[in-house]
Amino acid sequence: MATLSRPRPRRSLVWRNTVAGWSFILPNFAGFAALTLVPVVALFYLAFTNWNVFGVAEWTGTANFRRMWNDASFWTALKNTVYYTVFHIPLTMAAALGLALLLNRKLRGVAFFRTVAFFPYITSIVAIAVVWNQLFSPEYGPVNAFLRWVGIDNPPGWTTSADWSMPAVILVGTWRYMGYYMLLFLAGLQTIPAQLYEAAQIDGATPWQRFVNVTLPGLRHTTFFVTVMLTIESFKVFDLILVMTQGGPGQSTLVLSQYVYQKGFVENQFGYASAVSIVLFAICFGVTLVQFLVNRRVER
Amino acid sequence: MTNHSATATDVRPPAGLTLPGRPTARRRPTRAWRVAGYAALVLAAAALLLPFYWMVVSSLKTNNDVFTIPIKWLPDPVVWRNYADIWQRSDMTTWLGNTLLLSVAVTTLQVLTGSFAAYGFARVRFPGRDVLFLAYVGTIAVPWQSYMIPQFVLMSKLHLSNTLWSIVAIQAFGAFGVFLMKQFYETIPEELSESARVDGLTEFGIYRRIMLPLSRPALASLALITFVTTWNDYLGPLIYLRSPELRTIQLGLNTFVSQYNAEYALIMTGSVLSVLPVAVIFLLGQRYFVEGIATTGLKG
Repeated sequence: MATLSRPRPRRSLVWRNTVAGWSFILPNFAGFAALTLVPVVALFYLAFTNWNVFGVAEWTGTANFRRMWNDASFWTALKNTVYYTVFHIPLTMAAALGLALLLNRKLRGVAFFRTVAFFPYITSIVAIAVVWNQLFSPEYGPVNAFLRWVGIDNPPGWTTSADWSMPAVILVGTWRYMGYYMLLFLAGLQTIPAQLYEAAQIDGATPWQRFVNVTLPGLRHTTFFVTVMLTIESFKVFDLILVMTQGGPGQSTLVLSQYVYQKGFVENQFGYASAVSIVLFAICFGVTLVQFLVNRRVER
Repeated sequence: MTNHSATATDVRPPAGLTLPGRPTARRRPTRAWRVAGYAALVLAAAALLLPFYWMVVSSLKTNNDVFTIPIKWLPDPVVWRNYADIWQRSDMTTWLGNTLLLSVAVTTLQVLTGSFAAYGFARVRFPGRDVLFLAYVGTIAVPWQSYMIPQFVLMSKLHLSNTLWSIVAIQAFGAFGVFLMKQFYETIPEELSESARVDGLTEFGIYRRIMLPLSRPALASLALITFVTTWNDYLGPLIYLRSPELRTIQLGLNTFVSQYNAEYALIMTGSVLSVLPVAVIFLLGQRYFVEGIATTGLKG
């Protein structure tokens, strides 16, 4: 686009710039193409084969997808992924926005708090999962000790219970990521000009009205970006679950990414695992695309 | 676009944006609001920090003291020995060595190729550039989990799986570095490179003599974020590194946890040691983390 809008440059200049541009990009692009682009394209071939590590890839058409349609475990994984997503997105968003609004006020200790809130995000999943498993320990863990103390006699079994393992994972996911999204919201809040708040106040707007009519519209870009990132992050959730619950108990926390891993790297069914990957790919790509289109329409 | 007085629709903060409390006149919150604000802040900080507190305190307890009723919030006796024992009971030295090696190699490559490619995208005009950049950005919506299978197949064909090279290869050429650096370069006035061009500097000369020195903060952000990401990566090593002597700290910690799952105190000691380097790096370079995330997040 940028090239076209300029007055027509001399051909030799275009040529020189192309060489220069590509030589800058090439070292990174070679690795990027080989390790990301090629695999993404190959995915769409592998998914239509019955490949396992030993044999050769044999074209089987839509067999993998027909198998998937009747695969109860696949549907469980999909359902659990949606379960995680549906709770993780609003919870994280609300917590992150709440914290950002809090930090945007002139309070003491805000800098310290920002550090604290960001800390879970830079801590490795393994350490986090290990600690939270101890905290959630049904008999002796501090979470249930607290619940008993506030008067809940029969607190949940968390990661040992099929009904409560997913809520436990969702809580930890929210705890981990809210600091990161808080930073994004905080940066967004600071782009809202103070004059708008002053004008709203002069017009007699209540704090709630100021929030709805000034803050939220001002955060539109940030909210959009956060929603996209959160959606992708939720659908691809994997390592947290793998380390915390291994998908259990039973299949209560089995998610799509983990099912891909299970079929591919544990059972060596690369063809079928690729077909499941395509579903994951399509969901993430599709949801992002829809969000972009909706965002464009709202903008107009 | 330059940063003139703000309008509500398109406000972009300057590159070195500072986060909390801007110097604009903002109504002072009433007393009740302030108290409520502090209460919320303290509560949130406690919720965020409790797991870390538990981790550190438990790492200094005897094994039987980790889970007690009522909970012991201070270790008594303080078992410093855990921090000596862990080195004997596990291959901590190997794990840390591997992880350090990988993190340094990946960071170096990512910073070099990323900042190089970003210059091509930000400053050299040539046909096809924008489409190419779209391919980079597009992969942000494609989770690694969805193409890990074909990527693994490719790496196995290249005989790179089960070597440390595999992790370097999959981590070093990500789109993130290119994206972050491009965002930063675009805040540097075009006139600077334009006048250098008139003075006879080559494109490489401009990159080397002008852009690199000016983009030190962004390079620091990229380096720190990449280092921490590689240090914390669990899934890549899980899939690619099968030999025990290649294990990284995350992989090692997780095998340790499953091997000694009743050694609650020692598990926490290992967790603390795995988090410590990242914590130190984060505390020292916090500013760069925050700025890096704000830049990529805001303008995404």
